[in-house]
Amino acid sequence: MTGSREKVLARVRAALSDVPRGEAAEDVAVPRGYRRAHGQGPALDLLVDRLEDYRALVRRVPASGVGEAVAEALRRRGAVRVAAPADAPQEWFASCPAEVVRDAPLGGGPPLGVAELDAVDGVVTGCSVAVAETGTIVLDTGEHQGRRALTLVPDYHLCVVRARQVVDSVPEAVARLSPSLPQTWISGPSATSDIELQRVEGVHGPRTLEVLIAE
Amino acid sequence: MSSTFIGMPSFPAAARQAVQDAQLRHNLRKATHTIRGKRGEVVGELDDWAELRDAGRAIKDRTLRHLDRYLEQLEEQATGAGATVHWAADAEEANAIVTRLVRATGEREVVKVKSMATQEIGLNEALAQAGITAYETDLAELIVQLSDDFPSHILVPAIHRNRAEIREIFARRMAEWGVPAPDGLGDDPRELAEAARVHLREKFLTAKVAVSGANFAVAETGSLVVLESEGNGRMCLTLPETLISVVGIEKLVPTWADLEVFMQLLPRSSTGERMNPYSSVWTGATPGDGPQDVHLVLLDNGRTDTLADRVGRQALRCIRCSACLNICPVYERSGGHSYGSVYPGPIGAVLTPQLRGVQGSMEASLPYASSLCGACYEVCPVAIDIPEILVHLRERVASGPGHAAERAAMAAAETVLGDHRLLHMAQRAASAARGAVPRRLPGPGAGWTDTRDIPDIPPRPFRDWWREHEKERARGGGSGDAGGRTEHEGGDR
Amino acid sequence: MRIALFITCVNDTLYPDTGRAVVRLLERLGHEVVFPEAQTCCGQMHYNTGYRRDAQRLAVRFVTTFAGTGADAVLAPSASCAAMIRDNYPRLAEEGSRLARATAELAPRVHDLSELLVDVLGVTDVGAYFPHTVTYHPTCHGLRLLGLGDRPYRLLREVRGLELKELPGAEECCGFGGTFAVKNPDVSAAMGSDKARGIASTGAEVVCAVDNSCLMHIGGTLRRERAGVKTVHLAEILASTEQEPARV
Repeated sequence: MTGSREKVLARVRAALSDVPRGEAAEDVAVPRGYRRAHGQGPALDLLVDRLEDYRALVRRVPASGVGEAVAEALRRRGAVRVAAPADAPQEWFASCPAEVVRDAPLGGGPPLGVAELDAVDGVVTGCSVAVAETGTIVLDTGEHQGRRALTLVPDYHLCVVRARQVVDSVPEAVARLSPSLPQTWISGPSATSDIELQRVEGVHGPRTLEVLIAE
Repeated sequence: MSSTFIGMPSFPAAARQAVQDAQLRHNLRKATHTIRGKRGEVVGELDDWAELRDAGRAIKDRTLRHLDRYLEQLEEQATGAGATVHWAADAEEANAIVTRLVRATGEREVVKVKSMATQEIGLNEALAQAGITAYETDLAELIVQLSDDFPSHILVPAIHRNRAEIREIFARRMAEWGVPAPDGLGDDPRELAEAARVHLREKFLTAKVAVSGANFAVAETGSLVVLESEGNGRMCLTLPETLISVVGIEKLVPTWADLEVFMQLLPRSSTGERMNPYSSVWTGATPGDGPQDVHLVLLDNGRTDTLADRVGRQALRCIRCSACLNICPVYERSGGHSYGSVYPGPIGAVLTPQLRGVQGSMEASLPYASSLCGACYEVCPVAIDIPEILVHLRERVASGPGHAAERAAMAAAETVLGDHRLLHMAQRAASAARGAVPRRLPGPGAGWTDTRDIPDIPPRPFRDWWREHEKERARGGGSGDAGGRTEHEGGDR
Repeated sequence: MRIALFITCVNDTLYPDTGRAVVRLLERLGHEVVFPEAQTCCGQMHYNTGYRRDAQRLAVRFVTTFAGTGADAVLAPSASCAAMIRDNYPRLAEEGSRLARATAELAPRVHDLSELLVDVLGVTDVGAYFPHTVTYHPTCHGLRLLGLGDRPYRLLREVRGLELKELPGAEECCGFGGTFAVKNPDVSAAMGSDKARGIASTGAEVVCAVDNSCLMHIGGTLRRERAGVKTVHLAEILASTEQEPARV
């Protein structure tokens, strides 16, 4: 397809004949007068408000109480078997009523299959960054997060967000993230407004998102 | 899809039918007003929206003015991250590339993430001809596919359908495509979404090949970004072994940091949410996670023609948010199908004639499918001056075939308006004939008088009154008026 | 202040009452109005329909006619014509041309009526009397190109006897759009019909705007529907006084 590559690039250059030869891309000014954050309130309060707006379940818990909160959430959910990344902290499951199925670590044996993931009652993970202003949780397959499929196939996602992972705004989150890792930005449970613009939560992704904010 | 659109008569003819369709008018009014309101709320929340819009516009301009450099950078970065990059000069070539890649996997089925680019090139039809079935997985695209219909909106392709129609489509057609709709399916959106979930789930969990588009492609890193709501995107982008993404060359942004602007502009402008439920970012192939056989097809298909036009090229800034459709009073009444393309509404009216040229009657009619009210420009998150491009394209159409009579009439009008003495003569002639104006005008004027009365012609133009007023003033008189009475009894506009 | 009146071709030919009202109003406020007789048309119809060359010739004629009036301001009692001059003349003019120079000099002094009164003359209460219920339709070019904002409302709120009714869907185009009304009659009529319904729903006797071409469309629709609502240009309301009331 080299032919087409050259053809398209030649067309692009011909189309841009009015751009002065000496002009570099950086010479095209980009005004960056927008804010780094909007100061809409204390980050954790804001995150809770935004998540609830998406109809996610949210609870704030002390850092020492994550295990208890996980246990309570899974009990309420009636979960019998849940999946978790290989490196999820043991203390999350200290008093867990459900069986915890850990995924294989990357490059360490076969991962959980799609059918197995489809059969569990939920998945428990951490996250990379959370954005208060938009109620967004970003997973990037890093620490305590596991592969992308892990948080996608099960119907219930319980996500532990540490207070230090919460930033105010999108610009702050983008600056923290590494583009070389695959990312999933999650803002509430899956939803559609395709029928008469009426929002319906829960389509193909997890139908329930529950968030524990550990302070 | 796109091929079927080619050769549609013209916008006014298509819109004539749409305007009379009460169900369609109701569906569109309800949907556009709902989403318009939501957008207004979340945009109003950010006190730096104007600055974000400015930045978005400038970032896109920078990209377009140096597109060759950024395309090469994207190719280098994506290749380095394990993707294979392909170049397609036109639709036919893009379809051939995708078909070849699917064939190489030995699969006969692909799942698709909603993508405008693949609709534009008619990929599903091309795959079908090669014996490959493409399953649309976005709820609205599924509705459109099951009913052999066309999308009518960029974001909500089935915006022209209401719940009752959708229920009927699901009940009648789902079984032909896979898991049938449950017996006694109701028309509650929740129930319909659930039927779609069940219908598609087996496909997601077994598909080996997926086809997607992308909202953004980051030159600096080779990353692709897809924004969605339902999770069908995540399913397609994560579970299969092979992923083929067809991306228009205008989708690039220079740097990773630039996403901080667009990840604010797009969700708020598009669905009217602070953030859409799911966005996926991937850079080539990641060992042990997601598709290992990753392809990127860079698509021209008329984009470089658009880029060559100094006024029209700003249309390539478009991030496909659809805010212009949702605010447009013309779209709200004509519906998306009247635009004869997968890109309806104001952006379609400036994009389609540029991508396809203005030789066809539909393409030639699109620049006129606007009252130039300017609402689209106001809401555009990357400040595309759509009215400016429309006028610019009208110039192109008006100088072409089929406009000789109009050109002559306009030239005659310019002659009269170009000289105040001729204008004055014409005004006096009109006033003299004021009693003889028919209620229904012949020719092009009939388009007016079919539904509207024409104004009464006054007994004399303003400039005659002014002369009299001047004389009065010179004599030291009043305003030269007999009180506030009009000269123009019953003179309604 | 010396104000040059650009009456516009539509007002001159079809709505002379608007011009008379403007002259009466400004003279009542103690200003001098001049009317350069060589004026014709700003070129908006030609420009918007794709006849750039014709529009250019008309633009040159306009700036030539108005450059030498010695007036402090130019009044165009039509928002879309004022917008044509301020917004589109710079686009029409080739770089460095005489038209470009003349436009740069003249365009900032061209105003619609509400801008002239509020910004230039610094007045909102013009001593008007208009004992009727009125709803105001903000025409697109006044709203979005000139950015008239609340100026017309501020002027109307000061009119004695006038009761202002809020127009639902006020910011939606009425469907005129110049040649759009003839080239896309069905959509244009649908828009006009929705606008007329909104106006009728207010119960107002009068719908007011700052563009007679839009009012021609709205009025033509209202009249065909026998709605019994009258269209009146803002100038005619502001010119109306107890001594010389405008008739509805």
